[in-house]
Formats: sequence, structure tokens, C-alpha cells
Amino acid sequence: MAAPSTTSSAASPDTPGTGPLPPALTDAVRDEASLRRFLFGLPGVDQVGVEQRAAGLATRSIKKAAKLWAIDTAISMVDLTTLEGADTPGKVRSLCAKARRPDPDYPDVPRVAAVCVYPDLVETAVAELAGTGVGVASVATAFPSGRANRRVKLADTELAVRAGATEVDMVIDRGAFLSGRYGQVFEEIQAVKAACVREHGPDAHLKVILETGELATYDNVRRASWLALLAGGDFIKTSTGKVSPAATLPVTHVMLQAVHDWHRLTGQLRGVKPAGGIRTTKDAVRYLVAVHEVAGPEWLSPHLFRFGASSLLNDLLMQRRTQLEGHYSGPDYVTVD
Amino acid sequence: MTNAPDANDSALASPAGSAGSTGATGAPGSSPWEYAPAPESRDIAGLKPNYWMLVDGQFVEGTGEPLKTVNPATEEVLAEVSTAGPADVDKAVKAARRAYERVWGRMPGAERAKYIFRIARLIQERARELAVLETLDNGKPIRESRDVDVPTAAAHFFYHAGWADKLGYAGYGPDPRPLGVAGQVIPWNFPLLMAAWKIAPALACGNTVVLKPAETTPLTALVLGEICQQADLPPGVVNILPGAGDVGAELVNHPGVNKVAFTGSTEVGKLIQRSVAGTGKKLTLELGGKAANIVFDDAPLDQAVEGIVNGIFFNQGHVCCAGSRLLVQESVAEELLDKLHRRVATLRLGDPLDKNTDIGAINSAEQLAKITELAASGEAEGARRWSSPCALPDKGFFFAPTVFSDVHQAMRIAREEIFGPVLSVLTFRTPDEAVAKANNTPYGLSAGVWTDKGSRILWLAQRMRAGVVWANTFNRFDPSAPFGGYQESGFGREGGRTGLEAYLDV
Repeated sequence: MAAPSTTSSAASPDTPGTGPLPPALTDAVRDEASLRRFLFGLPGVDQVGVEQRAAGLATRSIKKAAKLWAIDTAISMVDLTTLEGADTPGKVRSLCAKARRPDPDYPDVPRVAAVCVYPDLVETAVAELAGTGVGVASVATAFPSGRANRRVKLADTELAVRAGATEVDMVIDRGAFLSGRYGQVFEEIQAVKAACVREHGPDAHLKVILETGELATYDNVRRASWLALLAGGDFIKTSTGKVSPAATLPVTHVMLQAVHDWHRLTGQLRGVKPAGGIRTTKDAVRYLVAVHEVAGPEWLSPHLFRFGASSLLNDLLMQRRTQLEGHYSGPDYVTVD
Repeated sequence: MTNAPDANDSALASPAGSAGSTGATGAPGSSPWEYAPAPESRDIAGLKPNYWMLVDGQFVEGTGEPLKTVNPATEEVLAEVSTAGPADVDKAVKAARRAYERVWGRMPGAERAKYIFRIARLIQERARELAVLETLDNGKPIRESRDVDVPTAAAHFFYHAGWADKLGYAGYGPDPRPLGVAGQVIPWNFPLLMAAWKIAPALACGNTVVLKPAETTPLTALVLGEICQQADLPPGVVNILPGAGDVGAELVNHPGVNKVAFTGSTEVGKLIQRSVAGTGKKLTLELGGKAANIVFDDAPLDQAVEGIVNGIFFNQGHVCCAGSRLLVQESVAEELLDKLHRRVATLRLGDPLDKNTDIGAINSAEQLAKITELAASGEAEGARRWSSPCALPDKGFFFAPTVFSDVHQAMRIAREEIFGPVLSVLTFRTPDEAVAKANNTPYGLSAGVWTDKGSRILWLAQRMRAGVVWANTFNRFDPSAPFGGYQESGFGREGGRTGLEAYLDV
């Protein structure tokens, strides 16, 4: 197994992105046995402890200016998502309009970070969002199950990138991971990363979906996080949203801890994206508190933290209005797209 | 906080530096997100200018010198509390005796249970009031009084109410008898919770109670007295006498008392044991501690860090079972300390009423001086001191969370109970060395062990001389789990079936 490709987006320390690995980690990815040894050498995660900590932090009380800041920051971190079999160009165009201008009555509301669609709708989204600064994320690699031949997965990715996706949300092969074929998962992430390279223009950012609901244990989440970081994922993402449980606070804690430790070790900043099941402002604020206090203040940025969500945005907008207007107006005052 | 910044729009985008001096903030840094102050309203406490003692079902003025109880976070006087003189102690003990002989001692357990259940429910109903009052009087963060002290106090009454009609099945014979009048003296670190620990089992077993709360924190115990009235508890079953150590001594030495229960310092515990020797009074003591929290190299390190923080910084370290000695295996010591420092720096010290405060005020100037003196001795003896960079408020008694590394067994900070937010870090190489060092203390209240190896947990727990051994957690309290110590940490158990023995004639 080769060291991860460093051809793309070589980043200086302390900037988001990937880059060459320090010597300690180059050893870890030398071959499959080293990789396994490294992943099993990571400290375990105590379930009771991490759940207790997550519940404790969730009691933080965020009010007034701090709440408004959190709402605006959360809006700017939303990957506005539609991943339905029934998706049409019309639906995607309407979602893009929402992404550009989330609340027509309040032009100062920040734009969302990206719109997230299936690969065949990337072109529509790219056309709608040109020049707005809103990214287009495409799921790829036989999302959501990941059960396909690697050639299909890579073609899926390449087509999405060619269509103009600025971000690719891939799924890992959970079957391979659960049967202990870590090298296979690692190589596949590397291969997808390579498929994100664009000859003209910046490479697509790679988000690696771990599907933590299928990994089941926090130890597995930690190992999968490190595996994805080692293989060059720009973001680690909890879930596809198609499996229950999707994102949870304790799982996100473990992943935030991983990117934090990764930064301590390599100087590189990588991101985290919880996805699925985050529907209310209250939830979003709890996640931001975890970002703030577990990973650190640097991660309070759309470059390093995203919410994969659809209905969350409207709740954020309603709560934003409540903060500004002093009363709650209700769901009829925000646009449903 | 007196100097909290106005929450205005500019605070939205301002960096931490501009608001860094409020004392309510966490570590100084470059966070773009300052949590706005989120104080619980102090009006909820229903604070009154004067509090009287509860004797024979009535709140009456005591004949002792009144004391002023102070909010340790602001140093303002909260209320004037009347204290008991010797004659009041006598009156209270006699009232308790009457209540015992005429009503409570002969009441069927199922009837007693109804009263105790009612007290538990009333504590829940008045939970917010009790939490705010506790925070004002004690200085502990509202997060803890709200989420730990008050709910656990209610849980103790619920648990023991369940025992009242089942004492025949507790393993002390078919019809175990109560002892009579219990004289109980409690400390200032968990004023309401300690009152619950003492009163609930005593009542469940059919005893009546004269309780003396700590001098600096009498208020919530007196509100608990109010709750007893509200629950229609017969007069004299619970009597509450505020005052200083002299009232405690008077109570403990009163010939009408059948049982003495004390939680507090080892020094006072020894005095009490001397004074009740030969009197036939039954005695339980829950005293100091210097608990070891042992972290092996295969531990879940991130959760171990949480457990260490919870072990020593919970309630500003004013916990008799606090994990004040961290014993960490040398092979992970550096990594663990690095994680620990970074985590401790995120603890938010400040206004205890703020819902986001993690570390509140030290309970009294006297205690603050003691902590400061012991911390200074650590530096003088050569330990390496690290304190959280958090800002301290201008007023009130505060002490920044502090971690001493390079600590050796011979140092005072490794041997003496500091009873404050100060952790001493020692290292070990082998499991045997860990056990030897952990047990090398005259105390023996609690211990913690962190490892992913189940067999090692059992091996170690068998060898620890400590009343409680927590595995991969720390400072967890449950009314069904007995609590108590070895050697200079005292004797007798509180909680669980075992704890009933202290209040039964067996």
C-alpha cells in the first residue's frame, strides 16, 4: 500500500486540507498489517463516559447575542440536502434558490455552505449556483449502500466532478470495514480522492461518510475516523441519512476528538459533518457547543464543520426571526422548497 | 458578576479578548463565540431576611448568637440565621424523644413511608427554588445544584421511603427496631444532599432527628424543614438547629441522643468519637479522603480525562471522596497530562448562578486560605504547578483549577486533604506499584480505576483499601449504593440496604 497521494491540494499547516503525513503516520499506512496495528493501538472509547460528556455539554444555555451568532453560523454551515428518488431538476432549482437566499425578508441571512444532491443533478445545481459562492456537493460511490464494483464507484465520482461538483460525499465500504479489511477501505478512499482531482480548477473536497449507525461501536467510529483521515478525507461525515441512527451527539464527539487529535499530530485541519436527524435550532446549537469545546474554536467555520440537513434550515430561520422580532412567527413565514 | 458586558450587537463579532475580563468566561483564546451570560434568577430562591430554627414542628428564634450567612461568590450577606443555644438543643432533643415515643417510633412502616414519599415529591416540586438557594449559599454552580444535589436528595427520600415497610426483609431480623433519637451533624459541601442522606434513612427506620447544618450553609436544610412541615410530618420528628461547632458538640454530647451521625473533617470526627466513647450511643463517621484515581495505559484516555476532571473539579473539589491524587502509568503520563491541561483550560469559572459555569466559588474565605496555603506548599516542595488560565472574578472566593505534576508521596499535597480544586499527579510503572501508592494514605474513602481490562478492574478493586471503587467513572452517587470509608475516612455505611444498619438496633 502506498502512502496517500499528495498531489492534490497540498496544504500548509493550520489550513484546512490534506498534506504530507508526518513520519509516525507514514509508518502506520505502510501496509495492511501496520494499518491494523495503528487502528487497534488507538485508545478505546468508553461508551458511558462519552455519552455522559455529550449529555453534560448539551445543557449549555446559549442566549441572546450568543444564540444569534450560533444561528447565523449554523446557517452558513448547512449542506442543504435533497437525496430522494423523486428528485427532479425543478426540485433542485428551487432548493438552490433557497440556498442563495434563505430568507427573502432578511437579505442579511448568510448563504448556506452547499447544496447536496445526487450526481445526475449536479449539473442543474451548478448552473443555478454559479457565482454565488455556494458549493455543490454530490454524493457518490454508489450512495447510500456503497455496494458496487469499485470501477462503478470511481466512475460515479469522476462524472460528478466533471459535472462541476465542488465537494464529493463518498460512502465507505462498511462490509469491508466490519470484516476487518481496513486496507481495502483505505485504498478505496485514496482512489476516490484521486478521482476528485480536476485538471483545470480546484479539486473537489472529499467528505468520507462512515455510516456510524452501521459501525455500531464508538471504538469503530474512532478507527474509521482515523482511517478516513489517514487516507486523505477532507471531512469525516457521520451518516447517509438513510440508516437509523444517523448523527448523534456522542458519535460526533468522537469524530471531533479525532480531527482535534489529527491537528495536534499533523498541523492539518480537517472537518466534521454530522448528517441526518438534526432538525431543530436547539440540536444545532448543541452540536456547535460540542464543536467549540471538544474540537476547539477554530472549527467554528463552514470550512471545518457542516450540517447535512434539509428541514433544519427553516427552523434556524424561524428562530432567527424570533430573536430579531421578539416573537415567534411560525412555519408559514418561511419558504418551503 | 458585576462587570459583565452588555449583550449588544457588537459582541456578536467581537473576539474573546474584549470580554475576557468578565470572569464568567472560560479560557482566554481566540474564540469567535462568547456565550452570553445565562444567569438563573436569584428571586427563585425566595430568600428571606431571617431564618429561624425548627423545633417541635415550629420555626422559633434560637437563643444563640445569630449568624450571617454569606454568598461566597459575591461576599454579600444573604440572610441572618438564628442559632441554637444549649437550652434549645435540650428542647429539640426532648421534642424528638416525645415524637419518637408517642408517634413516629410506633407508627407502621407503611404509614411512615407516605410521609417520606411526600417529602421526596415536595423536594421535586420545589427543585428550582432549592437549587438556586443552594448555589447562593454554597457557591456551587447552578448546573450541579440543579442536576446533581437536588435530584439526588429527592432520590434518597424516594429510595428510603420504599424501605420503611420492608425493614423485616433487609436482613436484620424479622422486626428490627429503631434506635430512638438521632443527632446528626453535616458539612457545607452538599448542604441539602447531606441532610437528605442523614434524614431519609433515619426516618425510614423509625428514628426521629435533630440535625445541625453547617455554619456557612444553613439555608437549604431549613427549607427542607419547611418541606417537612408542608408534608405534615408530626412535630418533633425532624428538628433543625443551625449553629457553629459548639451547637454540634452540645447535640452530640446530649444524653438524650441514641445515635450520632457525623459527616465532616477527620479532626472533628476524632473529637466526637472520643466524646461518645462509653456512652452507648451508636456512631457513624464519614470523614476526609485522599482518593487515588488510577489510570492504566490501556484506559479510554479521553473519557479518563473527563473522569479526572469530574473527580477533582466537581463541586470545586469540595468532595470528601474527590479523586485528588491522580496515579497515571508512566507510559501514557505525558499524553494524558497534555489532554488534561487542555480540557481543564476549557472549564468555565465564574458566577455560580450562570447556567454555563463549571467551577463556582470556594465556600468560605477560610477554606480559600487553606487551599492557597497547601498549593503554595506544593510549589515550595518542588512540584510543578499548572493553573487554568481562566480569569478570576474581582469579588468572592475563587481558586483557579490547578494541576500539580512531578508530585511525590512525601509532599504535603500528596498526603493531606486539600478539599479544593487542586489535583496532584503521581506516576507508577506496574499495577503493584499503583496499588501500593494508592493505599499509602491514612484515608480510604474512594478510589477510581481506568482500564479497558475487566480482570484488572476486579484485581485492583480487591486490593484497594477504599469504601468505594469506581471503574471507568468517578463521583457517581446512587441511594442504593452504600457509601463510607476505611481508617481515617470513618466507619459505617450510608445508602443501600447496608446503610439501614446505622439506624436500626441490630
